Amino acid sequence: MSELRDLYQEVILDHGRRPRNFKVLDGANRKAEGYNPLCGDRFTVYLEVEDGVVKSASFQGSGCAISTASASMMTEMVKGRTEQGAQALFHTFHEMVAPGAATPSGQPKVDLGKLAVFTGVTEYPTRVKCATLAWHTLNSAIEAPGATVSTE
Amino acid sequence: MRGTTEAINLVAFSFGNRFVGAGDEIVISVLEHHSNIVPWQMLCERSGAHLRVIPMNDAGELRLDVYQEMLNPRVKLVAVNHVSNALGTINPVVEITRLAHQVGAKVLLDGAQAAPHLRVDVQAIGCDFYALSGHKLFGPTGSGILWGRSELLDAMPPYQGGGDMIRSVTFEKSTYADLPAKFEAGTPDIGCGIGFGAAIDYLESIDFDAASAWEMDLLRYATVRLSEVPGVKLVGTAAQKASVVSFLLDGIHPHDIGTILDSEGIAIRTGHHCAQPVMERFGIPATARASLAFYNTPAEIDTLVRGLAKVRELFG
Ligand SMILES: Cc1ncc(COP(=O)(O)O)c(C=O)c1O
Repeated sequence: MSELRDLYQEVILDHGRRPRNFKVLDGANRKAEGYNPLCGDRFTVYLEVEDGVVKSASFQGSGCAISTASASMMTEMVKGRTEQGAQALFHTFHEMVAPGAATPSGQPKVDLGKLAVFTGVTEYPTRVKCATLAWHTLNSAIEAPGATVSTE
Repeated sequence: MRGTTEAINLVAFSFGNRFVGAGDEIVISVLEHHSNIVPWQMLCERSGAHLRVIPMNDAGELRLDVYQEMLNPRVKLVAVNHVSNALGTINPVVEITRLAHQVGAKVLLDGAQAAPHLRVDVQAIGCDFYALSGHKLFGPTGSGILWGRSELLDAMPPYQGGGDMIRSVTFEKSTYADLPAKFEAGTPDIGCGIGFGAAIDYLESIDFDAASAWEMDLLRYATVRLSEVPGVKLVGTAAQKASVVSFLLDGIHPHDIGTILDSEGIAIRTGHHCAQPVMERFGIPATARASLAFYNTPAEIDTLVRGLAKVRELFG
């Protein structure tokens, strides 16, 4: 059970059960959809960006506890960051849950704060895509708003 | 064949290109695996034929009354699975075949999920094509069988051209080998074929009727035990089922259920089972599915049920 508890930490269970910012964002000016065709998880991420700063973020969709919690905590963590800052967080997070996976070089490492609770995911390779789906979607909302990203 | 997928693609290409044209119809069902949907969509796109889909009821049984009304002389092929991999439903393939033949349609059965659980007699069923995969019969991945009526296979053009499928080759004209070599261009995966043969020998050596009876006992036991778990909802409750139990637990996502059960030593399949239209029909993204074989035991079902209590503890 101990490894399982590393994966399903209380914070994750809590955000999985009661996701924050789970709504359509009034005033959103960036939006992207993310889809994992292998498991059917599907999220829409909404951002309100002003002068290059994420004023507010939200999401909607359906997924497992890991993907939902990750999306929920992401919307809290990117608020107030610049777009580049949010992307740096994405790359650092991705490197943590999938060490050695293709991370663009030259990306600054940033402090993950409470996102560190997702380290347990590294022991479950099949769940890495759950943890990163919302983040890929966020990245696409910044780089190519309106697009649909797929994990495959 | 590399498996059911390649077998179906062979028929869609070879039978389809020869015998299916604009305005014709192909009938499949809502219960199909993606491998028995997409090849027919591709055929319809290139030929101008139309795809028709047999619906099902809330138990996961095909609506034969609707099917009967769909049949007409424009239907060239009916392609359905013998057993649904997502729900376990055993389809009434004898009746489906008889009705199709009345309007002159040929019948392809996807037997990937049936072959491990049922004794399959293609002559008794009366179908025209039967496809299956070796890895569902304890054989290697990437092996499979397409059975077809020889008069049909003879009338169909080759699927792929190359070595081993020819009688003679000149630049003016090539002639093709007899069956089955006509459909076996190129060097096959020989080791895989030998492994598949060994798996079939093994299945022939056991008492298959006793194995099937054991699986039916397991199915009954699993159905009762799972129904007792608070929050469990079975998906697929057909009167005729193979030993496959698909279920939901409260609002807990099947992937989370799968990860917890994994840690208890129980391997189930979670997700849409390559049957997204089935999920859509029930308005759900995914199910958890225990697929029971004759090597499983009631004690393992007890472990599964205890595991679900753990899942509820963690996520409840
Ligand atoms: C009912 C059914 N049809 C087709 C397939 C596809 O088989 P394969 O991937 O071996 O070609 C499967 C296997 O997942 C199946 O369960």
